[in-house]
Amino acid sequence: MGILSVRNIWGGYTGIPVIKDFSLEVHKGEFLGIIGPNGSGKSTLLKLLSRILTPSRGSILLLGEDIRGMDQRAFARKTAFVSQDTHIYFPFSVMEITLMGRIPHLGRLQMETKRDIEIAEQALALTDVFSLKNKLIDELSSGERQRVIVSRALAQEPLLLFLDEPTAHLDIGHQIQILDLLHSLNLRNGLTIVMVLHDLNLAAEYCGRIILLNEGGIFKDGRPEEVLSYQNIEAVYKTVVVVNKNPFTGKPFVVPVSRERCRRL
Amino acid sequence: MEKHRAGKLLLLAFLLCISAAFAVLNGPVHIPLNELFLDENRKILSLRLLRVLLAALTGSGLAVSGAALQAILRNPLAEPYLLGTSSGAGLGAVIAIIAGLSSIFLPAVSFLGALVSMFFVYYLSKRGNRVPVESFILSGVIVSLLCSAVIAFLVSVSPDEALHGVVWWLWGSLQMYDVKLFFIVAALVTPAMAGVYVFSQDLNAVSIGEEDALHLGIKIEKVKKVIFFLTSLITAGLVCVSGVIGFTGLILPHITRLWVGPDHRTLLPASCLLGAVFMIVCDLLSRTVYAPFEIPIGVITACLGAPVFVILMRKRQRVT
Repeated sequence: MGILSVRNIWGGYTGIPVIKDFSLEVHKGEFLGIIGPNGSGKSTLLKLLSRILTPSRGSILLLGEDIRGMDQRAFARKTAFVSQDTHIYFPFSVMEITLMGRIPHLGRLQMETKRDIEIAEQALALTDVFSLKNKLIDELSSGERQRVIVSRALAQEPLLLFLDEPTAHLDIGHQIQILDLLHSLNLRNGLTIVMVLHDLNLAAEYCGRIILLNEGGIFKDGRPEEVLSYQNIEAVYKTVVVVNKNPFTGKPFVVPVSRERCRRL
Repeated sequence: MEKHRAGKLLLLAFLLCISAAFAVLNGPVHIPLNELFLDENRKILSLRLLRVLLAALTGSGLAVSGAALQAILRNPLAEPYLLGTSSGAGLGAVIAIIAGLSSIFLPAVSFLGALVSMFFVYYLSKRGNRVPVESFILSGVIVSLLCSAVIAFLVSVSPDEALHGVVWWLWGSLQMYDVKLFFIVAALVTPAMAGVYVFSQDLNAVSIGEEDALHLGIKIEKVKKVIFFLTSLITAGLVCVSGVIGFTGLILPHITRLWVGPDHRTLLPASCLLGAVFMIVCDLLSRTVYAPFEIPIGVITACLGAPVFVILMRKRQRVT
């Protein structure tokens, strides 16, 4: 049985379903990428899976247990979420932000124990921001801040990590840094990852399995080379593309072709 | 980190004892220390004591409410009077005076007015099971404006002289003669403050963002509702004994945050202590600087609070 089983869910924001009759099985240790055009329901799907939204129909099971009946804190001990918006309003230090990942493990009014601090420090070391520990979150660059958010998620000690376009505001160097980190966590610690990505090439490079969403349903589900064919992409994104093979990694990469050029050809 | 926290809180507690003692020993009428505790001065002493207690309660209540509201609304301009309770209390008082009720009932009726406006704000901002932060602020502002308009109308058409006193009362004063009333309000405000403290870890999480807090296992809608009701109760209780005292609930949390950081497990007790110290000192100034006249307490809180805040802000170069 998978770590996460989604069974025929329907859901959206205001009664109008964005996700329609959607089913999915995520296995332990998978690195799953969700791609699709704007409005295809990627973020909505992630919000349904992470309990921000409740499906109007269908059920989601985490390790066999329906998440609807689960306690919010129990859910937060098993899953963590990294969003693309990392703005933080108050001047917390990097350590304070990371320690917040321990909240679901702490009782009310309980201070962090030595073990909690160790876990937070490990998470900071893993994400390579340990040296920034005492800095304030608003003094950091967006790349550093995103890594701190990832380290907070790791401090939750989740089995399953959701990410919503974690590289959206980062330059290519920082994008690779975050994704390499996720890759090694997936490989070494067996962390299951479900991530929404805009960048098809990064998805191809890092994800073991990709779901291509279209109009709230799965258009194609499989390995990157199966999903990222020019036929699939052109059908869903309504754009002409060339798909080639990365000579170093053998993964597919996608290059768009301008409409103007297409017409001239 | 733990040591720092305890040290700072102890320092504040020490400051509170000193300022309270100083404020009891000093006043508009100078009485030497050895005569203060004589029988003939007993009345003065008990009045001063009551005043210092009320100042401490008001300062700490406003500061704690302000800090908690700034966290759940994630808005540096949030303050206890933002969500409409004070204007509701004012309207209650005006109606009580027009109806010819005895002034003994004034606090009770204004508390009732505050409660009514609190529920009004709550139901206006409710969307299904959720209470979005923006609609909270907007509903608070709308209810405030509406109550103020009705107060202005009633005061302007009523020939009753007593109503002009209400306007004065709404400007805030720590004058207080009724010991029983103080203890009733303290019995309401103190547990409410303790209740806010119980939610300090939740406030930390909510202050970085609602969805983030949800992912950390916090039941955000419950936290928002509980904090709204607790802070409204604190404000309502305080408004009906000391009126509207500006600045404290807005600036004190910022000053405290600059000093101890934004972790509410430290910020809330520190705000509570510093708020009490601040209000005791302001009240002492208001009754001694220009004796025998009393300067409105709101004037002092603004004149003292604003420069302190600017200095701290410049020094730290980080605005929250």
